[in-house]
Amino acid sequence: MFLKPQQKQSKEAAKHAIDPALQPWVEKYRPKTIDDVSSQEHTVTVLRKALTSTNLPHMLFYGPPGSGKTSTILALSRQLFGPENFRTRVLELNASDERGISIVREKIKNFARQTPRAAENDPNYPCPPYKIIILDEADSMTQDAQGALRRIMETYARITRFCLVCNYVTRIIEPLASRCSKFRFKPLDIESTRSRLNHIATEEKIDVTPEVIDTLIAVSDGDLRRAITYLQSAARLSNAGDLKVAITPREIQETAGVVPTATVRAFAASLGIDSEDPTDEMDVDEDDTAKVRATFRKAQQQRGFDDIKSQVKLIMRKGYSVAQLLYQLHDLVVQDSLITERQKSNIALILGQADKSLTDGGDEELQLLEVALKISQAMKDIS
Amino acid sequence: MSLWVDKYRPRTLDDLHYHPDLSQRLKSLAATGDFPHMLFYGPSGAGKKTRIACTLRQLFGTGAEKIKIDQRVFMTPSKRKLDVNIVQSNYHIEITPSDVGIYDRVVIQEILKEIAQTQQVDLNAKQRFKVVIINEADSLTRDAQAALRRTMEKYMSNMRLILCANSTSKLIAPIKSRCLLMRVAAPDDEEMLAVLEHVAKKEKFHLPEEAATGIINDAQGNLRKALLVLEALKMQSPDLTSNITIAKPDWETYCSKVADMIVREQSPDKVLEVRAKLYELLAHCIPPTTILKTIAYCVAEKSDEAIRADIMHWAAIYEVRMRIGSKKIFHLEAWVVKVMSLTKHHYHGISLSDDE
Repeated sequence: MFLKPQQKQSKEAAKHAIDPALQPWVEKYRPKTIDDVSSQEHTVTVLRKALTSTNLPHMLFYGPPGSGKTSTILALSRQLFGPENFRTRVLELNASDERGISIVREKIKNFARQTPRAAENDPNYPCPPYKIIILDEADSMTQDAQGALRRIMETYARITRFCLVCNYVTRIIEPLASRCSKFRFKPLDIESTRSRLNHIATEEKIDVTPEVIDTLIAVSDGDLRRAITYLQSAARLSNAGDLKVAITPREIQETAGVVPTATVRAFAASLGIDSEDPTDEMDVDEDDTAKVRATFRKAQQQRGFDDIKSQVKLIMRKGYSVAQLLYQLHDLVVQDSLITERQKSNIALILGQADKSLTDGGDEELQLLEVALKISQAMKDIS
Repeated sequence: MSLWVDKYRPRTLDDLHYHPDLSQRLKSLAATGDFPHMLFYGPSGAGKKTRIACTLRQLFGTGAEKIKIDQRVFMTPSKRKLDVNIVQSNYHIEITPSDVGIYDRVVIQEILKEIAQTQQVDLNAKQRFKVVIINEADSLTRDAQAALRRTMEKYMSNMRLILCANSTSKLIAPIKSRCLLMRVAAPDDEEMLAVLEHVAKKEKFHLPEEAATGIINDAQGNLRKALLVLEALKMQSPDLTSNITIAKPDWETYCSKVADMIVREQSPDKVLEVRAKLYELLAHCIPPTTILKTIAYCVAEKSDEAIRADIMHWAAIYEVRMRIGSKKIFHLEAWVVKVMSLTKHHYHGISLSDDE
């Protein structure tokens, strides 16, 4: 709907600037003020004080991806300096910029020691007399580079504040961490994710059913950025061209690269994990399911080597990602109430080893076969 | 005179034989100005490349089919020269960075920067962006993938990436989340039959049912293989009568011979013989993983049900070690010896103490 007019427009107007409609929604709907930041109440309260008192400590933001760390600091600096002074007062560096020790010594140091220019008085923005350096994905900086930062942070503390953003606080060396006040970002809770997604959906004028939102939340694991990206891809697919179809939960799963639940369940069944078929199954891949089910039911009775082998070959032919399949299999096993504790821990061990092997570059088919054989063995052992 | 695989390769999205909903999606995506980065994944021979080519044509018209091959030289920071073959048209460029091993990052950065800095000058061009196709994206190093991350966002205005991979397991999450995932599953048996019959009709001969099922079973969802086999068979016996046999590739028969040796006798002498054969296979550039997999399946087939799982277990373990290690033959041999000892112990009724 919203894409259609822009189609013609893009040919003429796009020559000058990026069409806002082509912007990733993640950027488009980044919170403008820190009050817009979802579900990080504690951090927001503290930072709001900083806004009024114009005093700010060095900060260290940590938490899982997509929980709003970068958004928060960007929103805060925008509120502090306003769009006019933002460029001169804020330096943002992230992992894809070169960030070895030489950059710390030159670029960061040079920026840090400049005395900020006095800003024109704009009553809307406090514009305090310091600059902010944002080091995004700071946990991928080398130890040496972090070490070089130590002194810089202290020497220029009067005119420069640092904000380190990272996923794993343990990767930040202790001397740096102790110079900062730490803020932990929780993964987004379901309610705020839902309201945020709904907000975007209404803004973009796309119809989404509650089920679609639920699926988005399920596949994104509290990562709002992922949820929004998937929503945009799905909207793009359903909106593009002449025909307009509603977004289905299945489509979300496909864009997310998730294996259909029915397939995972059927595969598990062939390994001897009999999970009862819940009625709330929402992603039935009509044509496949019945067929797959039937073959799996048959396999269930025998569970010999050849059956498992053919199951594995079938999955490989479908082209699903094995890492993803293992992940979903794990979820299924953990939630199953019929499997004994001992079996569960055995299976967890097997899955862990396979994941490591896959990360090391092992062959997908062999690993999946290995997991399948091992699990079916584990299931037979005690039951 | 080209091969049937190329001759009957669908040129437009409408010509594609299977996955109609996927083609529909690609078509509607190409029609909007909002074409995202894409990641095509699926087993080999499923038609990923064909779909990419069709999408390009849909995007840019027939101009995208006029391709030329260039050889470019890149310099690594350590002043090493890398030769890379590049396939390009006016609208797209296709690279296989994994050809240069660990230096893939250099190639990717150079090429992407170059593309991103040049604007489309042709005013008649349908799209303002150029497309960069990266083949075998799953064998890119971590470094190269990390380098892609920011570039993908930064140069969105005049460049789009299409990645082509066998699986998404080896791609880092940030790349996956920036692309629109397109899963191209292998065609199922009916779909393959339809394609084979289509080709037969075009070539004006009748395809007997037995021959078709034989070919389909052999190909295991790999349509390219199926078409190649069909053409080879047609050459052998023009009437495709029922008593045709699909010749296995030499290395496969060789592998099954090795498997035979392992199962038949387990002794140090045999290990030596097997080693000679393994060297032979490696010398013919058969990927070690494929060798291990094929032999393992053969051995498992010929062994007792009780030890099959173990055989595959060790195959999986040694396969990973082979990736991490540098000398492939060690691990292949280690596996052979392991399997021999398993078989021997099994037949003598001694249960192996758990040595893991």
